[in-house]
Amino acid sequence: MTQVKQHKDPLLRIAKRDAIGRPKAYAIRLIGVLLSLLVSGAFIFAVTKLNPIQVYNAIFDGAFGTERRSWVTIRDAMMLLCIGVGLAPAFKMKFWNIGAEGQILIGGIVTAGLMRAFGSTLPTPVLLLLMAVMSLLAGCVWGVIPATFKAVWNTNETLFTLMMNYVAIQLTSYFVALWENPIGSNTVGVINQRTRAGWFPELLGQSYTLNVILVMALAIGMFLYLKYSKQGYEISVVGDSENTARYAGINVKKVTIRTMAISGAICGMAGFIEVAGVSHTISTSTAGGRGFTAIIVAWLAQFNTFVMILISFLLVFLQKGATQIASQFNLNDYASNIITGIILFFILGSEFFINYRVIVRGGKEGSAK
Amino acid sequence: MEQTYAIQMKNITKRFGKVVANDHVSLDIKRGEILSLLGENGSGKTTLMNMLAGIYFPDEGEILVNGQSVTIASPKDAFDCGIGMIHQHFKLVDVFTAAENIVLGLDGQQRLDLKAASAKIKEICEKYGFVIDPSKKVYNMSVSEKQTVEIVKVLYRGADILILDEPTAVLTPQETDRLFDVMRNMKADGKAMVIITHKLNEVMEVSDRVAVLRKGQYIGDVATSDTNPQKLTDMMVGHAVTLNIDRPLVENRHLRLEVKDLTVLTPDGVKALDGVSFEAFGGEILGVAGISGSGQKELLESIAGLRSAQPGSHVIYHPPSPDEPIAGTHAPVDRKGEELLGKTVRQIHNIGVSMAFVPEDRLGMGLVGSMGMADNMMLKTYRSGKGPLLNRKPPRELAEKVKAELDVLTPSINTPVRRLSGGNVQKVLVGREIAQEPSVLMTAYAVRGLDINTSYTIYNLLTAEKLKGVAVIYVGEDLDVLLELCDRILVLCGGQVSGVVDARTTTKEEVGMLMTRFRKEAAEA
Repeated sequence: MTQVKQHKDPLLRIAKRDAIGRPKAYAIRLIGVLLSLLVSGAFIFAVTKLNPIQVYNAIFDGAFGTERRSWVTIRDAMMLLCIGVGLAPAFKMKFWNIGAEGQILIGGIVTAGLMRAFGSTLPTPVLLLLMAVMSLLAGCVWGVIPATFKAVWNTNETLFTLMMNYVAIQLTSYFVALWENPIGSNTVGVINQRTRAGWFPELLGQSYTLNVILVMALAIGMFLYLKYSKQGYEISVVGDSENTARYAGINVKKVTIRTMAISGAICGMAGFIEVAGVSHTISTSTAGGRGFTAIIVAWLAQFNTFVMILISFLLVFLQKGATQIASQFNLNDYASNIITGIILFFILGSEFFINYRVIVRGGKEGSAK
Repeated sequence: MEQTYAIQMKNITKRFGKVVANDHVSLDIKRGEILSLLGENGSGKTTLMNMLAGIYFPDEGEILVNGQSVTIASPKDAFDCGIGMIHQHFKLVDVFTAAENIVLGLDGQQRLDLKAASAKIKEICEKYGFVIDPSKKVYNMSVSEKQTVEIVKVLYRGADILILDEPTAVLTPQETDRLFDVMRNMKADGKAMVIITHKLNEVMEVSDRVAVLRKGQYIGDVATSDTNPQKLTDMMVGHAVTLNIDRPLVENRHLRLEVKDLTVLTPDGVKALDGVSFEAFGGEILGVAGISGSGQKELLESIAGLRSAQPGSHVIYHPPSPDEPIAGTHAPVDRKGEELLGKTVRQIHNIGVSMAFVPEDRLGMGLVGSMGMADNMMLKTYRSGKGPLLNRKPPRELAEKVKAELDVLTPSINTPVRRLSGGNVQKVLVGREIAQEPSVLMTAYAVRGLDINTSYTIYNLLTAEKLKGVAVIYVGEDLDVLLELCDRILVLCGGQVSGVVDARTTTKEEVGMLMTRFRKEAAEA
């Protein structure tokens, strides 16, 4: 008979770990962060011959170097956190809401529209409340549409929410053209620049205090909702197994729609905070990809909103630092993106080693055959 | 002499954690022969064959192909050895054509030449009598056509050892006949074939030799011409073992569930249950026996309110009388009997029927794997109590109680239950279901994968429920247990009731025959 082709044992085999202790899991994550700093240090040195310590210093400087920079970092971290908090219930239910961008924009459009329309007639506190409620509702509608289709006809929510983003972007373009100011600039300009009507007021001498208060309240509220409410329990059950949910008598359709209503509403609220509390204008880049970045925030934190605070800060910190080193050392913007990428790669990679172990051929276990 | 063996497996052992799926199994596969691999569910048939196909890697033992020792670490290695496996669940790309699926994944030094591939496919089809259209998309194909594509795929890759994992489970009788014709043609061409099945009539019809596995162990092999279904059943289920399960007789049994003409369709429109009628009484354990996939799952799920039935089907619930010990918490439902079909799980619960259900898929249906014992205890009761917040105190207390009473081994009641061993997972599930003080308790494969001690714990719990007046329905696969534990046994075959027997007087052979309907066929012949 013919010669049969020979094969060796596989060099590396991957096996799922049983349980792993919490300290050990955090140790693995810490090793991940340290390794990422080492590797990006080596990368910086190899490419630029700069002292990595100096570069790290500049990163920190970019994020927290001055009081203003610190506040900008806090402001941006709060935005990211707000969106992450909005995404948490949807993703916990394993509903892949890729549509935060659209939900933010819709909330932003409504806010900007109201701000323009009632800036001279309503007092700011009333206007703020009106904008908050309406943006919330708008985001809610934007979330409920794909959820209803998913619940009733089992459409794919990833594609659906993604396409809803493009609809929202087109709508934004339309309103930007409609509200153009000054004519020919192709932007809306800063709304109510003189009167500041509908802007977040300064509290405790800072422009962004209200942002922090609102977002932290949402984060705490969401934490309690997911952990201690009956609805939060239903979300966990549906996310783990729809069959178990049906077995427990949970109405999966209802929970899907309700949860996306909440998720969309909070993302719409993020649009309100961005327009009324940060940029005071609206453009197609108002969401600026943060609807996607926030997915990383929500997942990395395992939907624990307090951990999300840390992760939002880490991501914004890296981003600000990257911009700083780009200008300070004349590095290309991409170089700093590479560093961010390396760090994220190691953080995400450490999750693999928490869940799996690798068996090497000829090692203790590998030769057990 | 060496030449006649296509494959020799020597002392193959495969463990999954503590479970030994294959225990030093040695099996020979000859050229020009169809070998049936026979065994009950969980006897290790598929695991053994998956090691030939490169899906699993054996922990111990040696595999020889054409007399040479080989290592098969991936499906590609398997193909290099000429082994091709047709899995129970097809692995095809829906949006590709038959030809595209067949050439998918082949090493392509040259340009992808679909025309040449189609020609070669046609050639293979003509040689063995397959009928396929190479340009047809897979999503337009029937199940049988998809299976044909899978078979041609492995032949295209030059496999001369074919393994078919329960190929007839999804086929109509006509399609099965056609498949068997093709298999005979391939046999005539000198190919070695293994067919995994637990349908005895098919074994008798198509195979030359039968090898039997039981509980991971190799029992033996016989030439098909030297055996009969009766002997094969004996080999498959083993000799009756005395288990000594305590089986008290409850004097006062009351009608609890009346199932009438229950017909349930699968999503594909096939009858999973066909006119099933029976009665279940409080104070007895009704066993349900049958080859896996005979409708057991659909039966329990329809009673539980998880599946819709065809018009004309009835499941009537008769509540326990108010003086029974289990009557305590139940709201007064219609004393003449309440129709359960058409009601959701919530509605059944709300009219006061306390139905406990231990489903087959423990972590995928009965429990939430990512939650701890405590949170799992409130799966059915979390709505109780006013306000939007959860009351975690009662479930925590219940979890502690179940943990102590059933000896659940868990680091804490908050450890995700998916980290627990199979036996402990089952204790959590059964503990919760019994704690709700049911009047009907349904269990599906309650002791599958459990060690002997845990199994006895479960048997004792079920018997205790029976003594309380609960109607227990026990779907099982181990005939020895069914015969020792139950009062009556309902036998399902192909979605129909093939008999109801008294468990105290029946024999294993009788139940085994009912499972495969040989008695009926013999009577007709």
